Amino acid sequence: MLKARVIPCLDVNAGRVVKGVNFVDLVDAGDPVEQAQLYDAAGADELCFLDITASHENRDTIFDVVARTAEHCFMPLTVGGGVRTTEDIRKLLLAGADKVSINTAAVHNPDFVREASEKFGAQCIVVAVDAKRVDAVTREPSPDGTRFEIFTHGGRKATGIECISWAEKMAEFGAGEILLTSMDRDGTKNGFDLALTRAVADAVPVPVIASGGVGNLDHLVDGITEGHASAVLAASIFHFGTYSIQQAKAHMLAAGAPVRMDETAA
Amino acid sequence: MTIALIDYGSGNLRSAAKAVERVVRELGRSDTVAVTADPDMVARADRVVLPGVGAFADCRAGIDALDGMMEALTEAVITRAQPFLGICVGMQLMATTGFEFGETPGFGWIPGSVKALDPADKTLKIPHMGWNELFWVGYREHPVLKDLANGQHAYFVHSYQFVPETAEHLLAVTDYGGPVTAAVGRDNLVGTQFHPEKSQAVGLKLIENFLNWKP
Repeated sequence: MLKARVIPCLDVNAGRVVKGVNFVDLVDAGDPVEQAQLYDAAGADELCFLDITASHENRDTIFDVVARTAEHCFMPLTVGGGVRTTEDIRKLLLAGADKVSINTAAVHNPDFVREASEKFGAQCIVVAVDAKRVDAVTREPSPDGTRFEIFTHGGRKATGIECISWAEKMAEFGAGEILLTSMDRDGTKNGFDLALTRAVADAVPVPVIASGGVGNLDHLVDGITEGHASAVLAASIFHFGTYSIQQAKAHMLAAGAPVRMDETAA
Repeated sequence: MTIALIDYGSGNLRSAAKAVERVVRELGRSDTVAVTADPDMVARADRVVLPGVGAFADCRAGIDALDGMMEALTEAVITRAQPFLGICVGMQLMATTGFEFGETPGFGWIPGSVKALDPADKTLKIPHMGWNELFWVGYREHPVLKDLANGQHAYFVHSYQFVPETAEHLLAVTDYGGPVTAAVGRDNLVGTQFHPEKSQAVGLKLIENFLNWKP
């Protein structure tokens, strides 16, 4: 049977790994290629780089990071952050990325997703959906809200777009996968927003990666069994050594979330 | 020995080339790994790898756009019977016909067609994306899948599958709401639906098996 995927995510700024709490207070924590090799050896199912480089002059550093990673790691690699044109996608794929994740550009121009999918194939187009709870009446952000809306700019900018129908639209436009992040939970270590995850995963025909809020190994299990996600993404719990990939997988397996345990050939 | 990876504008050739180079290095061999769009080089190659991501029709068009490439492939793989490895759509192209975005003729090397995945369980996601197990069909161990098709996991990402007409051309399956073709082959031809270049140790082992294969 198909296994649930465990995907460590590395936030990369100007060629260095960082991880933020709610996208602020970044802490420098190393070389992305070195980290990628560690995750590869540890049996991670995929790897994700999120390029958060803000300054234009440092943007090309990600191509070098991807190329050096592809030299050493023979596992699927998704790269997101700042993907705005088909040329950006082409350069990342040529550098060695297997999938690219499109975020803000999809919100600004949904047809970009269609264009990218037709050009490169749905299998390499991930649409990143950043969602936040809002009050169903006032539409103001509220952790107790029952409506999910799309936010851009690291959760700061509201778009008014309803999340579930947006995810459905993105799948229809050719996204091969949805990377769903709860902006309410991101960095909190309180677990995925399971209601959000389940609503999106049950609505779209393509796989959903749950993201945002993992603080312990039960959260990973919940994302699969309760959230119905096909994959779980986490950054800090792996990155700062709180848990290893193997610990995570053993825990998931024991708790009824099927994962791949054989990371080496016979 | 020259191992030619055909560059026809499809997807991520770099990872396939890096994976082959890594295995060549680990085996202590001095093979040339050539990523090439040159038909002469392909025609003379000792081993041919055809990677492929994207749609069947696009990949076929990519091969056809290279003047003389189809003839060179036929020369190396059919006439000279050199070992051939097709990966993902590169494997699907060996079929008679593909049905992704209309009907497109394949190479016709292994009789069969390429059809949309249609699992009975409608809650299963399409594409079939992630790690799934490899199993033998009929307990016949193929040298290229040696030590692998006994439940080892490989990385798949696809929405279509190769359905061979002849059962003996089906080498391995995976399970996704029923059996799904994981590998096909006959004589000097072998193809995998999964991505060896993305399947960590399992994938590198397959590439090693392919480089050592004497069909």
